[in-house]
Amino acid sequence: MKLAYWPGCVSRGFTPELHGSVAKVAPLLDLELVELDRANCCGAGVIAEHNQELVDALNARTFAMAQDVQEAAGMMNICSTCQGAQSECQSRLDADPGYRAEVNSHLEPEGLSYQTDQRWWNKNFLWILVEEIGLDALRAKVQRPLEGLRLAPFYGCYIVRPSKRLGFSDHPDRDRYLDWVIEALGGEPVDYAGARKCCGFPVITMNRATSLRQAGRHLADAIDAGADALVTPCPLCHLNLDLQQPAAVQYVERDLGIPVLHLPQAVGLALGLEPKELGMDKHVVSTRDVARKVSQLAAA
Amino acid sequence: MYTLKIRRFDPESREAAYWKDYEAELPPERSVLDGILQIKDREDASIGIRCSCRAAICGSCGVKINGRSALACNTRIGDAAERARDGAITVEPMGNMPVIKDLITDMEAVHWKKVRRVTPWLLPAEEPPENQEYIVPAEAMLDVTQAMACIHCGACVSSCLSMEVDPEFIGPAALAKAYRFVGDPRDGEHRERLEDLAEDPHGIYDCTHCFACVEVCPKDVAPMDQIMRLRRRATADYEIKDENNGYGHEQAFVNIIEKWGTLHEAQLLPRSFGDGSLVKGQLRPSGAKQLTENLPTVISGLRSGKVKVRKALMHPKLPDQKQVRRIIKEIETKDERLELNLYIIGEEAGEPGATPVEEEPFTSEGRA
Repeated sequence: MKLAYWPGCVSRGFTPELHGSVAKVAPLLDLELVELDRANCCGAGVIAEHNQELVDALNARTFAMAQDVQEAAGMMNICSTCQGAQSECQSRLDADPGYRAEVNSHLEPEGLSYQTDQRWWNKNFLWILVEEIGLDALRAKVQRPLEGLRLAPFYGCYIVRPSKRLGFSDHPDRDRYLDWVIEALGGEPVDYAGARKCCGFPVITMNRATSLRQAGRHLADAIDAGADALVTPCPLCHLNLDLQQPAAVQYVERDLGIPVLHLPQAVGLALGLEPKELGMDKHVVSTRDVARKVSQLAAA
Repeated sequence: MYTLKIRRFDPESREAAYWKDYEAELPPERSVLDGILQIKDREDASIGIRCSCRAAICGSCGVKINGRSALACNTRIGDAAERARDGAITVEPMGNMPVIKDLITDMEAVHWKKVRRVTPWLLPAEEPPENQEYIVPAEAMLDVTQAMACIHCGACVSSCLSMEVDPEFIGPAALAKAYRFVGDPRDGEHRERLEDLAEDPHGIYDCTHCFACVEVCPKDVAPMDQIMRLRRRATADYEIKDENNGYGHEQAFVNIIEKWGTLHEAQLLPRSFGDGSLVKGQLRPSGAKQLTENLPTVISGLRSGKVKVRKALMHPKLPDQKQVRRIIKEIETKDERLELNLYIIGEEAGEPGATPVEEEPFTSEGRA
């Protein structure tokens, strides 16, 4: 399947292991990715709060570039926040032709234009796994079932709320996909309070206590539920849950120390890739124990 | 036949809260409230729930159904059963507030206290015109109709993930109410209101943007969107440079995208601490203090190998960065901000078969 691919900013910035693992995993899933290397930041909710027309124009620009990729089935993103921020813009662009024309006028000098098309979509890697590849096909590709690995899903707010704007009317189970994928990979999804809560990242510069209390609490809940690691489709959540984890300790007043995997890393492990190939040595919280468990798993 | 697992609590019994299963027999299109009232009628009259209109108008019967905040009268029992785990619909009191008895929460202790915090009445700029009403153009009020739709049920407060870790957060309902006045052209204290809410560490910049309130609001008030409008007014219209870095964070983000096109994370922090400016963020005492606080995180990032010094210092520009810069300039220099509010035009407007909106479909927010 050929896809226009928007990697986002953070996967090429502070979580390079995410970008790298998608590059490794995609061919194993028969995904041909055409990277949109001229596209801009989605605004991550911040530009939306600053100026709505601006964020809509910036994302219309990305969509227009994706629509220009010949024979692509759609556009793929690898970040819950990109998904939510872009879906929000898309819903406004699609709702009103007059508004769309106004926004498109800013793209004209570049020869770009976003067209509303019921068949065109922008989906996170998680949605593509379930809806385009399919769980049975994914299961069939698993080389090394993650047996005995207890993985706590962490969805990221932007990919589950508001459900109205995120296609839940056609796909009502999108807030369960991460659990399903973990299961399909042979792992055991962990049930805990934080799975669909906020990692706190958006306020890390504005209210450090609120931000790190959130991150710390969800990490603690996952540890108490017996998880070996968290798995997330959102690199911004990864920043608050992994990079900031040592700092979160003081806000929850207890030990933490649980690794946080990017979704494509978890998929990669099950498809037979080695932790190092997936950049798992590039995390702040050591993934050593997960790597050791994986190395003890027999190939299927 | 539906099973309702109801959270029971009676402070006078001196016993801890507990779950109890009840059966209700009614058609799927009836409400969860109807189910609870039937149980009260037939099985156990002691179950406490507050309700009145039974038509999603009075906002009394806010509870959590299967963990999700909602009005019991506005939730079909058949739908609730479909989303129920293990076949039983769970009904419990709302979150983030004390429980008085069973499903009845203390709205006064949290919700109303917070609403009063935002001065929920009009503070006119001048004396009312003599012997006549204020005349306000209808378009000028469109912008606040969404905030005015609030029925104070508390569902958003109950679901607020920020309040869960910071009970002092002013919260979604009260802040939506604040926008109702900041967006009202008759109010004369927009700047004072915004300064107050921007400088409060538990004010508009304590919202984590999680959409929980947007998801549960039975009236589509989208409280978080109203908080974002408050932020937009505070930063773009009044340039309130708050101590919480709200202004700085927004400016930093936009400035970075204007310069590079994608996010240069290493500069987001120092710029946020300096009203958007890198130099200011590093030189001013409060910026330097906050940067020092973040030093351990920076060091562990570098040590893990995920952040390279070179990457932290250098960030590539997009190949067509001048296009991004042009778009930003074009839109930022407009006299009025364009805003398309789907609450006002209707979310279905663009779907096939829907009537296209012919008239001026979007509202413009004037600049101060």
